[in-house]
Amino acid sequence: METAVPLVAVAVPLAGAAAITLARGAPRLRDALSVGTAGLQLLVLLTLAPAIFAGGTLEVTLLPFLPQVAIAFRVDALGYLFATTASFLWLLTATYALGYMRAMGENHLARFHVFVALALASTTAVAFSANLVTMYLFYEALTLATYPLVTHHGDAAAATAGRRYLAYHFGTSIAFFLPAIILTYLLAGTFDFMPGGVFPAGAAALPQVVAYVLFLAGIAKAAMVPFHSWLPSAMVAPTPVSALLHAVAVVNAGVFCVLRVMLDVYGQARLAELHLGVGTAVVASLTILLASFYALRMDQLKAVLAYSTIAQLSYMILGVALLVPSGTIGGIVHLAIHSFAKITLFFAVGALLVVSGRTRVSELGGLGPRWPWIMGPFAIGALGIVGIPPTGGFITKWYLVVGSIQAGQLAVFGVLLLSTLLTAFYYLRIVRAAFFSAPSGEKPPPAEHGPLVAEPGKLPLSMQVPLVIAAALSLAFGLYPAFLLHLAGLVAR
Amino acid sequence: MSAIESSAGFPVLTALVLLPVAAALALQLAPTDRWASRLALGAMVAELIIAIGVLLGFRPELAQTQFAERVEWIPTVGAVYHVGVDGLSVLFVPLTALVAILALVSSWRAVRFHPRGFLASLLLLEATAVGIFVSLDLLLFFLFWEAMLVPTYALIRIWGVGPERQVAAGKYAMYMLVGSAPMLVAIALLGINAGNAAMGGYTFDLPTLLSTPVPLALQAIVFFAFAFSFAVKSPLFPFHSWLPGALLEGPAGVAIFLVGLKLGIYGFLRFAIPLAPDAAREWGWIIAALGVVSLLYGGLVALTQPNLRRLLAFAALAHVGLATLGVFSLDQRGMQGALLLMVNVAISATGLALLAGALHARFGTTELTAFGGLARYAPRLTAAFLVFGLAGIGLPGTSGFPAELLVFIGAFRSLPWLAVIALLGTVLGAAYFLAYFMRAFLGPASSDAVRAVRDLQPREAAAAAVLAIAILAIGAFPGPLVDMTDTSMRALVQRVADGTAGAR
Repeated sequence: METAVPLVAVAVPLAGAAAITLARGAPRLRDALSVGTAGLQLLVLLTLAPAIFAGGTLEVTLLPFLPQVAIAFRVDALGYLFATTASFLWLLTATYALGYMRAMGENHLARFHVFVALALASTTAVAFSANLVTMYLFYEALTLATYPLVTHHGDAAAATAGRRYLAYHFGTSIAFFLPAIILTYLLAGTFDFMPGGVFPAGAAALPQVVAYVLFLAGIAKAAMVPFHSWLPSAMVAPTPVSALLHAVAVVNAGVFCVLRVMLDVYGQARLAELHLGVGTAVVASLTILLASFYALRMDQLKAVLAYSTIAQLSYMILGVALLVPSGTIGGIVHLAIHSFAKITLFFAVGALLVVSGRTRVSELGGLGPRWPWIMGPFAIGALGIVGIPPTGGFITKWYLVVGSIQAGQLAVFGVLLLSTLLTAFYYLRIVRAAFFSAPSGEKPPPAEHGPLVAEPGKLPLSMQVPLVIAAALSLAFGLYPAFLLHLAGLVAR
Repeated sequence: MSAIESSAGFPVLTALVLLPVAAALALQLAPTDRWASRLALGAMVAELIIAIGVLLGFRPELAQTQFAERVEWIPTVGAVYHVGVDGLSVLFVPLTALVAILALVSSWRAVRFHPRGFLASLLLLEATAVGIFVSLDLLLFFLFWEAMLVPTYALIRIWGVGPERQVAAGKYAMYMLVGSAPMLVAIALLGINAGNAAMGGYTFDLPTLLSTPVPLALQAIVFFAFAFSFAVKSPLFPFHSWLPGALLEGPAGVAIFLVGLKLGIYGFLRFAIPLAPDAAREWGWIIAALGVVSLLYGGLVALTQPNLRRLLAFAALAHVGLATLGVFSLDQRGMQGALLLMVNVAISATGLALLAGALHARFGTTELTAFGGLARYAPRLTAAFLVFGLAGIGLPGTSGFPAELLVFIGAFRSLPWLAVIALLGTVLGAAYFLAYFMRAFLGPASSDAVRAVRDLQPREAAAAAVLAIAILAIGAFPGPLVDMTDTSMRALVQRVADGTAGAR
């Protein structure tokens, strides 16, 4: 179906960025615009829901680019799930950021809101890309739009993280992603995505394998080993940035691109034929285990969350790499479920920083009973990541476990089991420290950036509400997962 | 043979060559230096408007040269005055006019010493460059090629900004003279060969030469002679060492011309490949490999280069290298990518050279140590620098992306190993630009000079804005430019496939 609505969904955050730039002198208007833009984009996306849920796809060509390739959008269930998740969490984060940035005395708020909007426009466009060239265009745009957010503080640590961020993303995308795209074109004669794959039946195996390896290496945003270490270092950014970009928009864009390549460039049948499903599963498993072990050793809360994210992203890829419907469904719903759980955790960590100045696991003693409306949601998010019922995370785990058995991959089953234990250990360690340890007597260390403006012991409502909503939805997905499973089922079909 | 064949009726290409020459003479009579500058700018703008008119009147679906004029010139040696444009050259006439305007803008009223001579030199440089792009007779081409040396030499030696400008000018002249000698031999050999084949006098008319079979041995000589000349001019490694000096010591206007117009790449496409197609098919990969070496070497040196103008010289070397790879992929898409890459370079690299000139005018140097944290104090300059640089590294959304994409499609198709190595060069490109950008523009201000810096003035900002818009427009709609070259490029690919025998 041809419709311009996907264009509107990309244009809204762009227009929002322009409006925020104009309103930079008026803080209240600027804040209202930033939340309003997020809300408006979500509304636009929701109008597409009926067509997508009915199994349709929406197409629109933006402009002809070169012979045989156009900048074009095509919205299907996978892209819609990703875009809507990102948009919804943007609305929560935009609200949360109002309180957080003020409480932490952060500067350059207009720049912050503008680049968040640009990042979301790029994310949406990646989700809706109809071909590899369009996807690459907005993948790179996303890197550029998020760079000023990573380096927000402008100090030496931010500069180092920023350099690493650009080096990883541009380095891999130019050296591997782009050649993979060109190789695909030379083999298949097209840049377009097609459900079930684009390669002709008799194509030589080796170049396809090479292109696939290049794709995995080139999409560093998915943070698979060995291209994962930009993510922990990007945690120098303010917490809302970490929450939105490094739990939702950027990393999900990476996973989304990998899934798109697996499903609509290769197709699961072709992956099975070339034994690439197993290969992908090995890399993903390695990433999961390595990141889990790292997370165990971290004391900084945000570092634990970053390594946990690296592991969780690979769950999504692992699920699809099992090449059976249950695994695929599990991997795809995890994209949404993990996002909600992880953003709950980031919101809680940011809230803790605002009310107590604490950022480390070892400093959490006694904070649970004192801040039940922060550590309670944190516990829900943690249970969600571990995959304990009745949270949404359990749904993922269930489908992944069933998928691993259906696929006959007992090793994957073992990885799931081991990593679940590790995950449980490093999250419950935090929860236990907060609720069951004696208060640590020493004074909390001062916050790393800016003075605490909010009076200690008071969490702004604009932070509390998104935190509770995110946690509630993490639970709700476990209790009522039907619509997520329906969308994922459309992809896996 | 009729005296004049002009499809437009009016000899518009000749007018394009003569207009700057006339302006160069006329401005000597201007009442004041200020009027002389205005006259020069007026002539350049008129040139650009006429050149755009040619571009709009050009019909890309036709294979033959258009706006052609042909007059007997020196019958005893067989030289004819033959000019025309086709899909290979039509883009470069307006680009030359644009680059000339930028060169003038970059030194607007900054020249105190004999400004009229300076203006005249720029105009003559423009005239010879246009002449090179429209010539369809090899002697005429050679005439313009050599004539270009004079104004360039004068500009570097007399109006250069560096203390070593005389050395740089001498080096430039030396390289150009030595570089063009083999080409003259090749032209003579081709003329004699055609004369023998026709049982008549010599001819240097390109269409005639193209329809004359050339033995493979002669093709080899001709090919490598041309390749040498164009490799020096482009430049390609290891013939590049005149370029950093010319950029560092010469005035900004010369830097803009030298990084903006890639005459050597044009020469490969126009002369070396079609005149020796079998040799190009056989040995083209050698030149492509030289291109990849240039790309890597340029990128590596640029990475360690603290001076912006030297960095631009090595970036130019890298860009020429990539374009060479596209040209000698001898693939339709690869060669179209090389042409588009040259358009991109003419816009983005000239933009950077313009900004380097602006920085030099403000700080008296382009050493990195003088900058740092410019973004806050000169936001317009920073934005322009970022857009030009991102186009240079081929970021999607800019004109550099479709160019690099096409070059790599062509290269992966016919020279896959070189293409793989070349990828490393594009990564280096991103690295040296972003590293320089971060150190010069981001972070805290390094000195009071940075805090007091003037942002781009309206004249500079207007020039930068035009270039930035062109970069983004071509980045979004590269299709029409690619289509413009389609028919001519297909004919060239066909010619390489057939060899000279097929053209009999």
